[in-house]
Amino acid sequence: MPEENDDILEQITTSEYKYGFVTAIEADEAPRGLSEDTVRFISAKKNEPEWMLEYRLKAYKHWLTMEEPKWPNLQYPAINYQNIIYYSAPKQKVTANSLDEIDPELRKTFEKLGISLTEQKRLTGVAVDAVMDSISVATTFKEELSKVGVIFCSMSEAVQEHPELIKKYLGSVVPATDNFFSALNAAVFSDGSFCYIPKGVRCPMELSTYFRINAANTGQFERTLIVAEEGSYVSYLEGCTAPQRDENQLHAAVVEIVAMERAEVKYSTVQNWYPGDKEGKGGIYNFVTKRGICAGNHSKISWTQVETGSSITWKYPSVILKGDYSIGEFYSVAVTNNYQQADTGTKMIHLGKNTRSRIVSKGISAGKSNNSYRGLVNIAKNASNSRNFSQCDSLLLGDKCGAHTFPYIEVKNNTAVVEHEATTSKIGEDQIFYCNQRGIDTETAVALIINGFAKEVMNQLPMEFAVEAQKLLAISLEGSVG
Amino acid sequence: MLKIENLQARIEEKQILKGINLEIKPGEIHAIMGPNGSGKSTLASVLAGRADYEVTGGTVDFLGKDLLDMSPEDRAKEGLFLAFQYPVEIPGVSTTNFIKTAVNEKRKYQGLEPLDAAQFLKSMKEKMKLVQIDQSLLSRSLNEGFSGGEKKRNEIFQMAMLSPKLAILDETDSGLDIDALRIVANGVNQLHTKENAFLVVTHYQRLLEYIVPDFVHVLYNGRIVKSGTKELALELEEKGYDFIKPDFVEATA
Repeated sequence: MPEENDDILEQITTSEYKYGFVTAIEADEAPRGLSEDTVRFISAKKNEPEWMLEYRLKAYKHWLTMEEPKWPNLQYPAINYQNIIYYSAPKQKVTANSLDEIDPELRKTFEKLGISLTEQKRLTGVAVDAVMDSISVATTFKEELSKVGVIFCSMSEAVQEHPELIKKYLGSVVPATDNFFSALNAAVFSDGSFCYIPKGVRCPMELSTYFRINAANTGQFERTLIVAEEGSYVSYLEGCTAPQRDENQLHAAVVEIVAMERAEVKYSTVQNWYPGDKEGKGGIYNFVTKRGICAGNHSKISWTQVETGSSITWKYPSVILKGDYSIGEFYSVAVTNNYQQADTGTKMIHLGKNTRSRIVSKGISAGKSNNSYRGLVNIAKNASNSRNFSQCDSLLLGDKCGAHTFPYIEVKNNTAVVEHEATTSKIGEDQIFYCNQRGIDTETAVALIINGFAKEVMNQLPMEFAVEAQKLLAISLEGSVG
Repeated sequence: MLKIENLQARIEEKQILKGINLEIKPGEIHAIMGPNGSGKSTLASVLAGRADYEVTGGTVDFLGKDLLDMSPEDRAKEGLFLAFQYPVEIPGVSTTNFIKTAVNEKRKYQGLEPLDAAQFLKSMKEKMKLVQIDQSLLSRSLNEGFSGGEKKRNEIFQMAMLSPKLAILDETDSGLDIDALRIVANGVNQLHTKENAFLVVTHYQRLLEYIVPDFVHVLYNGRIVKSGTKELALELEEKGYDFIKPDFVEATA
C-alpha cells in the first residue's frame, strides 16, 4: 500500500491552476513603491475629494508606525513594500458608460473566467461588479437594482456619488488603525464594491464582485462596504483569480459589513487566487481583514468561505454582535496543498444580550502544506445568555502536511454557553478501497470524501456557487490521497 | 467464470495463502469455511485487489481476463463485488449519492449513459424491497451510525444495485441476529440467477442453512484441504474444525 499511496499522492499534488493566463492589455500604473506621493497619486487618479485624501494620508502615517503581525503560524520571506506597484489600471479606450463600451480584451478575460459582463444571461440572476487590478471595469444590472433603491457600484464611484454614506460607514467596522494590513489598505485602496440596501428591501438578486489580478508586480488592495438598513436582506458573493507568476503578489483587502435592526447579510467567498506551483514558487499573499457588525437588534451576518487558493492566507472574517438577539455565523472550508499555508478562522465578539454565534470550520491539508484554524469567541460582560457553538474539523491527506487549531475563548459573563468541538482525521485507505471496490476510482473517491467532509459548509453556499466550489475542491486536491 | 490456480499471497512477511485452487462456474454458489486465521478473508481481499496483500504466485482468471492485473475499480466494473465484513463509514456522503456514483461509474465503463434521477430512483425502489431497507437509511451518511445489521443489509443492497457477475460475501453473517440473517440470505437468493455466481465466506454453518451452496470448501492454513457438497458443512458443524486436521496432516505428509 505505501508505494501505491505515494503514486496517488504524487498525482493529486500535481494539479494545474486553470486561471493562470495573463491578459495583454495596456495599463496605467503608479511608480513602484510606497510614499505619501503614491497615496496622493492614487487619490488624484480617482479625482477624489479632499476628505478622502485626508483619510488615506492619515492611514498611511499610522501604517508607518506599525509592524507586520508576527503571531500567525506562517512562514514567508519578508515582503518588500517598496517593490510593489500600488496602482495599475487597465487603459480603456473610452470610459465605459454602458456595458457595450467595455474593452473587448477585458470582456474576453472575464468571459474566460466564466463571468458574463453582458446582461443577457438574466437567468443567472447575479449582478456582477468586475474588478481588474486596481479598478472596477464594469457593474451589471445597476439600473434594475436602482429601481428598488439598491445601490451597487464600484467604490470609486461611491466616493463621488454617495459621499455621505461613504463618510459615515467607511472604516466604521474596520478602522484604518485596526491592523497593519487594514492601515495599508486604507492608504492605498484603489477600488472595490459598495452596496447599500435600503430599509425593508430584499435585494432581488445575488450581488457579486469578481476580483482579478492581472498586472505583474502589482498589489491588489480592494475595499468592499456593504450597508444593510433595517429589515433588509442581501446575499453577496465574491470570487477571485490571478495569473500564474513566479513572484509572489500581495493582496490586502478590507471588507466591512453593517447590518441594522433585523437586517441580514450573507457573504460568500470562493477564493481561488493563484496558489503557487508544486515547489511553492509564486502565488498570492492574501492578507485580508473582513468584519461585520450586527449593529441592530435581531440582525444577522453570515460568512461562508471556500478558500482553495493563495500561497498564504491570513484571514479572519469576524462578527461584532452588538445588537441584542443578533446572530453571527462563520462557515469555512480551507484547502491547502503543496506548500500553501493558511492561518484562518473567525472572531465572534458578543456584546449584546442573547446573541448567538456558530462556527463551522473544515480544514483540508494535503501535500506539504500547513492549515491552521485560529478563532476567538469573546463574550463581553453585558452579553448575558449568549451562546456560541464551534466545530473545527481537520482532514489530512498524506503524512507530510499539518493541521493546527488555535481556539481562544474569553467569557466575562457567566450566563453564557460556549461549546467547542474539534476532530482530526485522515482519509483512510479503507475508505478509498471501499470506494474502489464499488468501481469508483481513487480520484473520484477522494472528491467524494472531501465533499462529504465539507458538506455542511458547502450547503451554505448559494446554488450557482456551490457547484463551482465543489469542482474547485476536487481540482485543488487532484491527485492528493494518503 | 473464475479460475484460481495455485494462488499465493502474503501480508508484510507473513505468507497467508499457500496455493489456492478453485473454479467457479456461472450459476454456482460456493462456500468457503475454515477456522479463524485460515486465510478466508485474505482470499476475499486478494480477489478484490486490496493493496495490503502481495500476491507471490499463481493466477486468477475472471471471465477470460487476468484478474490480478486489474485495478480494484476495474475488477468491480468487470462484475466482481465484495460484501465487506466491516463496511466503512464515509461521513457526509449519503448512501444514495454513493451508490449512484458507483452505478454510473460502472455504466460509463460499459459505455452506457448515466442513469438520470428518475431512472435511478426507480431502480432503487425495486431493490430496496429485496433487503427490506428503509429510504431514510439511504439518505443518511454512508454506514455512519448504522447498526451491524443495517450495514450488512446495505452491502447486499449495493450488490443488488450493481448486479455483479461474481459476488463475494465476506462473513456477511457475522454480527447478525437470526432475523437480519434471514433478510440478507433472502436477498441473496432472489438475486441468484443462472448467470451469476456467489462465493460465500463464513465461519459458521448457520448462514448455509439459508443460502444453500453447491460446493463447500474448507480452508486451513492457507490451502483448501477439503471440498464437498453442503453435507460437508454439516459435518464440520457437528465435529468442529479439528476433524479436518488429521486430513490435512495426511495431505501434506
